[in-house]
Amino acid sequence: MIEINNLVKNYGSKFALDDISFKVAKGEIVGFLGPNGAGKSTTMNILTGYLSSTSGEAKVGGIDILENPNEAKKLIGFLPEQPPLYIDMTVEEYLNFVYDIKACKLKRDAHIEEVMKVTKIDDVRHRLIKNLSKGYRQRVGIAQALIGNPPVIIFDEPTVGLDPKQIIEIRNLIRNLGKTHTVILSTHILSEVQSVCDRIIIINEGKIIADEKTESITQAVEDNRRYSVKVCGPVREVQNVLSHLPGVISAEQTGERELDSYTYVIESEKGVDIRKPLFYAMSEHNWPVIGLEAIGMNLEEVFIKIMEKNS
Amino acid sequence: MFAIYKKEMRQYFTTPLGYVFIAVFLGISGFVFAFTTLQNQTSDVSGYFQMMIFGYIVIVPLLTMRSFAEERRTKTEQLLMTSPVSITGMIMAKFLAAFTMFAGTVLVSCLYYLPLNLYAEDGLNVGKAAGSLIAMLLIGMCFIAVGIFVSTLTESTVTASIATMAILVGFVAAAIFNNLIDTYFIRYILSWISVYSRYVNFTYGMFDISATVYYISITAIFLFLAVRVYERRRYA
Repeated sequence: MIEINNLVKNYGSKFALDDISFKVAKGEIVGFLGPNGAGKSTTMNILTGYLSSTSGEAKVGGIDILENPNEAKKLIGFLPEQPPLYIDMTVEEYLNFVYDIKACKLKRDAHIEEVMKVTKIDDVRHRLIKNLSKGYRQRVGIAQALIGNPPVIIFDEPTVGLDPKQIIEIRNLIRNLGKTHTVILSTHILSEVQSVCDRIIIINEGKIIADEKTESITQAVEDNRRYSVKVCGPVREVQNVLSHLPGVISAEQTGERELDSYTYVIESEKGVDIRKPLFYAMSEHNWPVIGLEAIGMNLEEVFIKIMEKNS
Repeated sequence: MFAIYKKEMRQYFTTPLGYVFIAVFLGISGFVFAFTTLQNQTSDVSGYFQMMIFGYIVIVPLLTMRSFAEERRTKTEQLLMTSPVSITGMIMAKFLAAFTMFAGTVLVSCLYYLPLNLYAEDGLNVGKAAGSLIAMLLIGMCFIAVGIFVSTLTESTVTASIATMAILVGFVAAAIFNNLIDTYFIRYILSWISVYSRYVNFTYGMFDISATVYYISITAIFLFLAVRVYERRRYA
């Protein structure tokens, strides 16, 4: 549905986008991650026709955004980083205006009503946008992207400024949208990407450094395996035995402590399953193992690790 | 395009701008009218029209400064540029909205003729008045196009209005410089771009087709330039 091929955008010698390519299939929800200044907004702005690329192709639904912009733009609903709101209009006037400029063919009143309900702004429909709080303005911005029910929806940081309840509602909304639309979502909130997106693309300094399915992104980075184990026994000796188990890189006691047991974090080499040798080693010394848990990398660590790998 | 036109018209009346424009326009034109006709005890309105050109230099930028500069500043132009709206359509819609405001106010100012007709000895010279009215609308159209073009170049409405005034002064002053320069070649060129001298013919009641074409061409050139400013953003 969306195709980016060898996209380059440079300002003189500074490359905002350095030859990026990716595809998004119909119905996918893709998360676009990256540090500030990486090129996420630039990519989105080029894809929606606001900026032009220096070279390369950007296609939506098979239509090139430079060659046939109006046709391509009809397929896109876009929420930019700063929602493009006319502050001296009321919410209803604004949505009607967006309906008109998108040349929407759906039934006007019913459709706008539905969009307002879904983004929960129907109770402020007659209020001037300048009198709305940030959270409400953000939701009007989201509503505007949904007008016309475009097949492709692009959100640039959609949950910024929302309270926790609203954040959950919007995430549910995006998940629902993903069933019938293609969605690209850019964000800094890694848990959001994990809970909503099928696929993650990570961009840094204008280059794509990761493009994986969400489940496999941790596997792509993880090389060592880590376990957290709770053992009853004298600290120093337990730690000593643990670190000398074959294949163990390090064993450290963490601060946690319960009655007579301590918690240790063991890191073992890739491919080595430390669990059974650990059990037998502990039971040899009569130290009961009362807890054994695998520690996966959370997405923050994955992200930072990918950054490190690529810089 | 119609949606954008509606929006612009609504914005003129839901913000102070429209009202301020109408007030300033009617204020200045009323004052000038009173001094050139009633005070001089003449029913000849050509003096009024000739003075008003200078008034437009200050009045028209009020109308056009906001049109693109503010959209750029508040990033709402991102909505327009990422929607299936043609750039030409967008520019034309804003131009027409500004011109509607201008023309409407000019028509209201036609009320001034009524007392003139009542009290003047030989009544109002309708031909002259009509000719001058058409000239006012044509010049206004020109000036608005310049204002819109300048507005596309900047984010600051203040810069847009001052730059517009400067360009308009340049247009009108070209005629004045004409008298001071001796070289025939330069005088010829200056009189070509002079908005003022062509205007004068209208005030004598003559409908000058070549002048009309001239004004429409200048309008078209500046609107075209405004479209190019936006297209450059897309392709550059």
